[in-house]
Parts: sequence; C-alpha cells; structure tokens
Amino acid sequence: MGFKTFPGGIHPHDNKVFSKDKKIEVMPLPEKIVIPLSQHIGAPSKPIVKIGDEVVAGQKIADAGGFVSIPMHSSISGKVTKIAQFNHPTGALVQGIEITGDGEDKWIELVDESNFMDLSAKDLKERIADAGVCGMGGAGFPTHVKLSPPEGKKIDTIILNGVECEPYLTADYRIMLEQAEDILAGLKILMKIVEAKHGVVGIEANKPDAIKLFKKLLKNEKNIKVVGLHLKYPQGAEKQLIYAATNRKVPNKGGLPMDVSVVVQNVGTAIAVYEAVRYKKPLVDRVITISGKIVKNPKNIKARIGTFYSDLLEYCEGTTEDIGKIISGGPMMGFAIPSLETPMTKGSSGLLLFDKKEAHREQENVCLRCGRCVDICPMNIVPSFIAHHVRNDDWDSAEKSGVMDCIKCGSCAYVCPSHIKLIQWIDIGKIKVSENRTN
Amino acid sequence: MNDVFAVSAAPHIKQKISINSVMWQVVLALTPALLIGIFFFGIQSLFLTIYAVAASVFTEALIQKFRKVPITVNDGSAVVTGILIAFNINSSAPWWLPVLGSIFAIAIGKQIFGGLGFNIFNPALLGRAFMMASWPTLMTAGWKFTTPMNNLFQSSINGLNNLPSNFPEVVTSATPLRVVKALRDTTQISSDVANTVMDNLTGMNTLQDLFWGNVGGVIGEVSAAALLIGAAYLAWKHIIEWRIPVSYIGTVFVLIYVFGGINGMFSASIMLPIFHILSGGLILGAFFMATDMVTSPVTKKGRLIFGMGCGALTVVIRLIGGYPEGVSYSILLMNIAVPLIDRYTVPKPFGQIKR
Ligand code: SF4
Ligand code: SF4
Repeated sequence: MGFKTFPGGIHPHDNKVFSKDKKIEVMPLPEKIVIPLSQHIGAPSKPIVKIGDEVVAGQKIADAGGFVSIPMHSSISGKVTKIAQFNHPTGALVQGIEITGDGEDKWIELVDESNFMDLSAKDLKERIADAGVCGMGGAGFPTHVKLSPPEGKKIDTIILNGVECEPYLTADYRIMLEQAEDILAGLKILMKIVEAKHGVVGIEANKPDAIKLFKKLLKNEKNIKVVGLHLKYPQGAEKQLIYAATNRKVPNKGGLPMDVSVVVQNVGTAIAVYEAVRYKKPLVDRVITISGKIVKNPKNIKARIGTFYSDLLEYCEGTTEDIGKIISGGPMMGFAIPSLETPMTKGSSGLLLFDKKEAHREQENVCLRCGRCVDICPMNIVPSFIAHHVRNDDWDSAEKSGVMDCIKCGSCAYVCPSHIKLIQWIDIGKIKVSENRTN
Repeated sequence: MNDVFAVSAAPHIKQKISINSVMWQVVLALTPALLIGIFFFGIQSLFLTIYAVAASVFTEALIQKFRKVPITVNDGSAVVTGILIAFNINSSAPWWLPVLGSIFAIAIGKQIFGGLGFNIFNPALLGRAFMMASWPTLMTAGWKFTTPMNNLFQSSINGLNNLPSNFPEVVTSATPLRVVKALRDTTQISSDVANTVMDNLTGMNTLQDLFWGNVGGVIGEVSAAALLIGAAYLAWKHIIEWRIPVSYIGTVFVLIYVFGGINGMFSASIMLPIFHILSGGLILGAFFMATDMVTSPVTKKGRLIFGMGCGALTVVIRLIGGYPEGVSYSILLMNIAVPLIDRYTVPKPFGQIKR
C-alpha cells in the first residue's frame, strides 16, 4: 500500500481493542476541577483570580507567563476554592487553581464566524494564543510559538500527527473518525498562518478506516495528502514522523522541525485550533482514553480539563481487580503516578490502569552486550553505552554518546533481555549533562 | 484507598525476553546439530556432550558459591558453553577431555572476569584453545570419516600415480581442510596431481556431503545444514543478527576466491571458497561463536568490522599459518579487539549533519 516509515523501532502489542470501537462519550460535569498552571513547555501561567471569585466556563483564570507560555481558562462554572500545590500527571506537585462547580455550566460568550478563513494570519494566531492551545500529543509546546518561526525560516509543510503509536491509546483515532472535518479545518488554518504550501496527515496502518475517511475527504484537495505509515513504534515521534512523511531529517543536537521547514501538530490540537478560531473557544476540554485490562468499561471520554482521574475512572465503572499501577499517558512514554487524585491536563491522552502482575518489573541484570537496544534505537544511538557512562558518572562520555539526542521513546528498555532500566539511566544523564552545560 | 501504586520509569510494558530465554533458545538452536552428530558418530557423542555440560554447570555453580554471588546456572549460559565445548571434540575423545575443557572454559574463560557479561573471550573457544594446546593429538587425530567420504578419498588417491610415499597417510587421517593445506604446502607432488586431487575435493559431491553432513569431523561441525537450521531460528528470533555471520563468511569467500588457489591468484574455482565455508567449523564459528553477544561488538558498524576481521584472520591462518583450521583462533584474536572496535564505531545519531 506504499506505507512509509523510519529506521529502527519495535512492535509492541497495540492493545487498542479495549477502547478502539468505543464512541466518544461526553463526561457529565465534574463537581470539582483543578487547573494546573503548568500544562505546557515554557513559563508557568500567572493566576489572575483569587479564592472566592466566581468564574464561568471558558473564562481566563491565568495569564501566559511569557511568550513561550499559554493562558489557562476555567473549564466549568463555579467558585475558586483553592490555589495550592496539586498532583500533576507527570508525577510532580504543581501549583494549580481549584474550582468547585455550581453545576450550571455557564459559559463565556462564544461566537460563530463561518468566514474565519478571511481573518489575517496574525489574527488567527492571536486567537490560538488567547485560547491557550498547546500540543496535545504529549510534550505540550505552545502552538502559537511553533507557528512563529524566526525571521528567515520558511515553513512549507504542516504535518498533522494522527499516528498514535502508543499502545492502548485510541483518543486520536476516535476524533479522526468522528471529527475529521474539524481536523482538516484546523489544518487549513495552520497552513494559512505559516503560508505552508503542503499539508500532510500521517496515520498508522492499524487505522485503515481513518486513512480511508481522510483520503475520501481529501479527494479534491491538491495540497493536502494522507500518508499511511507502517505499524511501528515510535512512528509518532516527531522526528521519525517527519522523516517518514517528507524524507527530511531534523538535525540532531537540538534541531527543530522548523529547521527542515516543517511544523508538526497533533490531530487533537488541530481541533482545538479550529474551535479557537471559529468559536473563540478556549481549550477547556479534550478526548482521553481510559483503558487497561482491568478497567470495567474502557472508554474514550470527552472531559473538561482539570477533571480528576478518579472521576474519569469512576465514569468507566472502576476496575475489576486491584490496581497495581496508574499510568498517565501511554505505556511506553507515560508517567506512573502515585495517586488517582490527579487532574487531567491539556496533554492527557490516556489513563491506563494495570493490575499488580502487569505492574511487576524484573530485577535489573548485567548488560549482555547483546546489541538489541542498538538495533532498534530510532535515533541510532547506543543506549547501553549511555547507561554505562551514567553509572560511572562519566557525563562527558554520556554526552558524546548522544544522551541529549535520545527522544526517550523507551524502545531500548522494552527489548532489553537484562531488564536494564535504560530510560532511568538516560534520564539521569540528560539532567546531569544539561546541568553541566549551564554551569 | 491505601494501595501503594508502583511508580517506575517508563516504559511500563516490556517484551517477554530475558537472559534465560535468550540462552535456552541458543541451546534449542544447537540441538539439530547435536542430533546429527549423534546420528553420524554414535551415542558416544551424546555422552561427551552431557559430560561437558555437567562440568560447565557444576563449575559455574561452585565458583559462584565460592564467590558468594547468586548462582545463575539456570540462565542456560553455562549449558551453551558446555555444548559448544563438546561440539569441538571428536567422538572418540576420552570422557575427561570435554570435562577439563569445560572447567577451563568456565573458570578461566568466564568466572575469572566476573561472570556472564564481563568476559572478554568466548569461553567455549578459550576452552577449545586450552584443549588444543594441551592435548593436540587427541584433538586432531583419531576422528573418523563417515564411510562414503572415506571411499571418495580412497578412490581419488588410488587413481593417482606418483604420489609421495607419505601422502595417503596425510589424507586418511585428516580433515578435508588438511588435505587442501597439504596440497598447497607440499612440493613433493606434481602440480597435475595436486590439481586433480583438488578438483576431486571441491567437486559437487564433496560439497554436498559437507553440507548435509556426510563427512567426518568433530561432533558439532558435521552438518552445515543442521547448524544453519539452528542459526535461522536464532535470526528469526532476533537473537543473532546478520552482520557478523554475513561479513565473516563473505570475507572468507572473497579472500579464498582471490588467494586460495594452488596456482596463484584467482586460480581457484568458485567451488573452493564454498568448500572452505562448509568445512572446518566456519559455519559453527560464524553463526554461534563469533555472534556470542558478550564478546562481540555492540555497534552495527563494529559488528561488520569484527566479522571481516574474523574472516581475514581465518583465511590468513588457513592459507599461510601452521594450522589448517583457523576459525577459533581468529575469533579469539578478534575478541581482544572488541573494546577498541566499539569505541571507534559509535554511530552518528539520526539527523547528524554531514560534514
Ligand atoms: S536510546 Fe532513547 S531514542 Fe534510543 S531507543 Fe532508547 S529511548 Fe528511544
Ligand atoms: S539490550 Fe540490554 S543487555 Fe542488550 S546491549 Fe542493550 S542494554 Fe545491554
């Protein structure tokens, strides 16, 4: 079928069966939400409300903390009841604003401008920035920043990431089936902003119906095409996707997609962009997959940002067995978190529950030097060397071995017969090397 | 909820693979060759293998107990070493030969370095080198031709005139590789005679026998086909990777084709390199010994260099050196170079700007 891909990679079981045929359900209003002030890469947002303030859904409650930052909006109507440290899906504690709902779902005034494509690029970008849109696939880079390449850098292609290569997750799949037109409208807005001539929608081979649907919708579009991609992890990693879709290699050592004239956005982000531009609707809800073998009724849920994981799980009728591990995000790159009392953020693509057995990890053994990790590393680095250097506190060698180029996809740890915690070592290496750089 | 949830670093799913599963799959892959060995050389081969494996496992357990480290003999790595030791001896060897070889392999080849993962040399090859050095006659003499091969030699020799008086002797007690070597080295027979014997040896019949196993040799090397079945399994399971075997065998092919003939460069027929590849443990070495994960390079480019180095050394030893064989010594020599190879072949990360 002419599918494309990248060198390296692995084939974990995709486990999407639990939720892939579940239509998106809109979750009833939660009683309480928490809007963390850091849901993105960049400066934390600055609260502009105080305890006791009445707010409505869509109302701005925190300003962007700088250019590389985004504003935050309340996702329900109610009263600000706390501004404090709360659990965060990355496992950290982060400043957040708690809002107790009034159950009425009052909203700010939205518009409906069907001629939104007549707006200037500047106005379009402004609406996106005002709506607090950031990447919804994981990292959470502010979208308006990605759309502002420095002087002299031209963007010729926007790639929409509909790969969703993480096992279990089906949120992007469902929105592609149920909101394809919105996604394409978002793509056209993005293309207009940076004057990109080409648009690409990258979809993995395990979603043939999505590929077919987009092909049909794009039959008469000359500038936008669908690229089918081989089923391989991490096909959705930015650099790997760009390579597969355009044959361009993003330079290593901190190179960005814009260095090869590309901007990548997640399909969910495209919907947020569309809604921000047409309705001036801030990013206050998203679709999230709740899944796992032990989840009674796995679902794809459209929920308000700030909804607690515990509420989401309850809506899925809980679990059939004791929970051994809570994973925020996908099983390859997500975070294991200590508590369900954690609010979902703009980047929350999934909540997975594992039983005790699935949570069990083997003891780390000696490196066999088998080279399996080397064979599959999509960044073509030598994970076992990095682990070795980090263990020896040899930061220089770790840096020379490319620790900063690692995208932390987890493939190496997945295939290691010695159960070496490669990502853990790489994490330490990344932190130490960047510390040394700033010193 | 008072549950304690596991919070480990990603990834949270793991391929079902472990050191144990890797090693036991290698054992499985060696089984066809062992069965063929038993078929051709008798039940004695099985006993020798059992002695070797028992000695390996026992030595490993004993030393680990002594070192007060966890006893890991069920990981299968000592079993692999034992089988490979047995594969390198003749079926007529005394029982203590594989036992001593295995003890040496595990004690000096592996545990002295700190055990699995830290050893520099392939333990089985070190054990073989030890046996070669200590009991050269037991290791080389006394092995049997299977009958058809013997007939072939006899007929090709009987049909020749003017053979030097010692020549048949060389032939009847030697591996095919020895004969080829003798042909290159001897000055006592005319080139006509040498060419005829050479042609006979590298004829289609011989090659077929070498491939299917109808030829004498040590227990594990008798059938290239049986070894290749095991190797294919390991490749399918991503336990061995193509780079080392292919570069090893490819290098041998090219170099023998160019330099292997007895009448100067490029005088060899295309059959000669095939003959070299199928005989003398090259298949066993290239697929099961050179690919030993602990003692071969980790980097992809490094594996290619390693395989080419093994191939070049094997050819040098076979053509110029004192032994007709050469596989095990070349791999051992290349083992020493592995840290160096690894250091200089660290790959350029994806996206590296070319200069
Ligand atoms: S080293 Fe980094 S990029 Fe390579 S496989 Fe491991 S996590 Fe992925
Ligand atoms: S996969 Fe594991 S055992 Fe094999 S080389 Fe990499 S780190 Fe070492």
